[in-house]
Amino acid sequence: MTAPPPRKRMLTDPQVTPDPAPGFETGSGKPLVSMRAVSKVFSNGTVALKDMTLDVSRGAFVSLLGPSGCGKSTALRIVAGLGDASSGRLVWHDNGTDEAGSRPEIGFVFQEPTLMPWATVFRNVWLPLRLSGRPRNQSRDEIMDALDMVGLANFADAYPRELSGGMRMRVSIARALVTRPKLLLMDEPFAALDEISRFRLNDDLLHLWERFHWTVIFVTHSVFESVYLSQRIVVMAARPGRVVEDMRIDAPYPRDAAFRTSPEYGDNCRRVSTALQAAMGASAA
Amino acid sequence: MTTTEINPTQRPVDDAGAPARTRPLGERILRAAVPVAMLALLVVAWQIYVTANDVPHYILPSPARIAGAFVTDWPVLLTALGVTVRITLLALAIALVGGVLLAIVMAQSRWVELALYPYAVILQVTPIVAIAPLILIYAPTTQSALLICAWIVAFFPILSNTTQGLRSTDHNLLNLFELYGANRWQTLIFLKIPSALPYFLTGLRIAGGLALIAAVVAEFAAGTAGAGSGLAFRLLESQYRLNIPRLFAALVLLSVTGIIIYFITSLISHLLLRNWHESAVRREN
Ligand SMILES: Nc1ncnc2c1ncn2[C@@H]1O[C@H](COP(=O)(O)OP(=O)(O)O)[C@@H](O)[C@H]1O
Ligand SMILES: [Mg+2]
Repeated sequence: MTAPPPRKRMLTDPQVTPDPAPGFETGSGKPLVSMRAVSKVFSNGTVALKDMTLDVSRGAFVSLLGPSGCGKSTALRIVAGLGDASSGRLVWHDNGTDEAGSRPEIGFVFQEPTLMPWATVFRNVWLPLRLSGRPRNQSRDEIMDALDMVGLANFADAYPRELSGGMRMRVSIARALVTRPKLLLMDEPFAALDEISRFRLNDDLLHLWERFHWTVIFVTHSVFESVYLSQRIVVMAARPGRVVEDMRIDAPYPRDAAFRTSPEYGDNCRRVSTALQAAMGASAA
Repeated sequence: MTTTEINPTQRPVDDAGAPARTRPLGERILRAAVPVAMLALLVVAWQIYVTANDVPHYILPSPARIAGAFVTDWPVLLTALGVTVRITLLALAIALVGGVLLAIVMAQSRWVELALYPYAVILQVTPIVAIAPLILIYAPTTQSALLICAWIVAFFPILSNTTQGLRSTDHNLLNLFELYGANRWQTLIFLKIPSALPYFLTGLRIAGGLALIAAVVAEFAAGTAGAGSGLAFRLLESQYRLNIPRLFAALVLLSVTGIIIYFITSLISHLLLRNWHESAVRREN
């Protein structure tokens, strides 16, 4: 909290937008984080996760897909450091090496917008920086950048209750982006939205991701949403929560409305749907 | 990121409803006029009833006579009012500071709460009239005894409401604060205290009314022995002397004081919550 940290680069600076790296494709990239046989047993005996192993590549867009109760949120929370694993390890590959490192800057988006109702949009987005000791006037650029990215630059002074559901979610995303995270964790962020807002936010999220190439782990229970967004879909089953299928979606980006109606999209949806059905059958139902 | 969902020149009108800070002028005038007209009607009816039936003034004085009592007795009444208001406000102020501080301490430590909360409850559930005689014996002066009585009564609503408010913080927001590494004080100041504000303000409104009631009750308990000069004392005195117009005048002053306290606390509450809290926001369909 002493010396003000140097001002970070503007997102509009060209050098921040990386070229699609060679290792950008799923699987071939260097991992950012690995879950190694992670299990989570809650104090009431619920086995929320059993031996989950997962490597997430840098810059990848990975979805966790599964029926409710299969441990998707639990897995995401463990990655975020909210709650520890009962056994197993989480390995961060800071430098693109296999060495264990420390947890990088993370942005988290919950299913609910989770905004402070007493604070303006600006102050809500300021929160992560404020908690790390950054005063308001030194955070302004980053905050306005983040609001710009989600198209809410004109709403900095609005209160959350003055916004629609979709706009509140955008604020929540701006808040996750304001720290320039390497990893974006999203827990069913659009599940509570109407379909039109959801499609729009899907597209906007993809545009941002194509531009900045953060690593995204996206939790959803929607086959269509996961196929539309992801390079890779990890299908999970419940009781105990575990990974049952790991699928690639090879369709190229940018994906848009045309992709939604393409046969390729339909085929992928069918494939993932079948895997999800199998996963739900595999859970003792 | 561009969206058509958002029109920056105008606040969105959606499910949450547009912020409605101004009512139509006609409606505002009507809102003020109706209660005033009702009051005037009652006073006139009262005056007519007393005059028509020749009701003796020591049974029911006419409004004109009560007004007369105000004119002739105002030095006595005003001094008395000053004493009562001073005790009420002082008790409220101490209750406010003490209640909020204790609530914060209890929210920080479960043990302090376990140790102290039962006594707060005991003080609250024991009728103040029953404790007042004891306090009158132990307190150094009558004035301080009255102050203690009013404080005991005003303290609890503030303590219990603030405690409950500090406990009802949104869990998702708590998770968010943990995720961004907030320390205990940041969580308290940026999250718990603002979310407890509506609860605290409810406590304040209740406490404001109760402090006045308790001040009056304590003065009654002190009786003539107290040689007090508050409004309640003047009320008792007027009763002994069958000076019923003055009794009514004192009564009117007490009511008006209560109403003013209620309005001031409501106004504070409205000003602090108007931007964000459902209770302060006008519903619009
Ligand atoms: N705090 C908790 N205590 C006990 N059980 C929990 C807790 N959180 C989640 N669970 C259980 O763990 C399982 C996985 O939960 P979760 O990760 O939330 O699933 P998902 O996000 O896939 O719907 C569920 O059966 C749920 O009931
Ligand atoms: Mg979940």
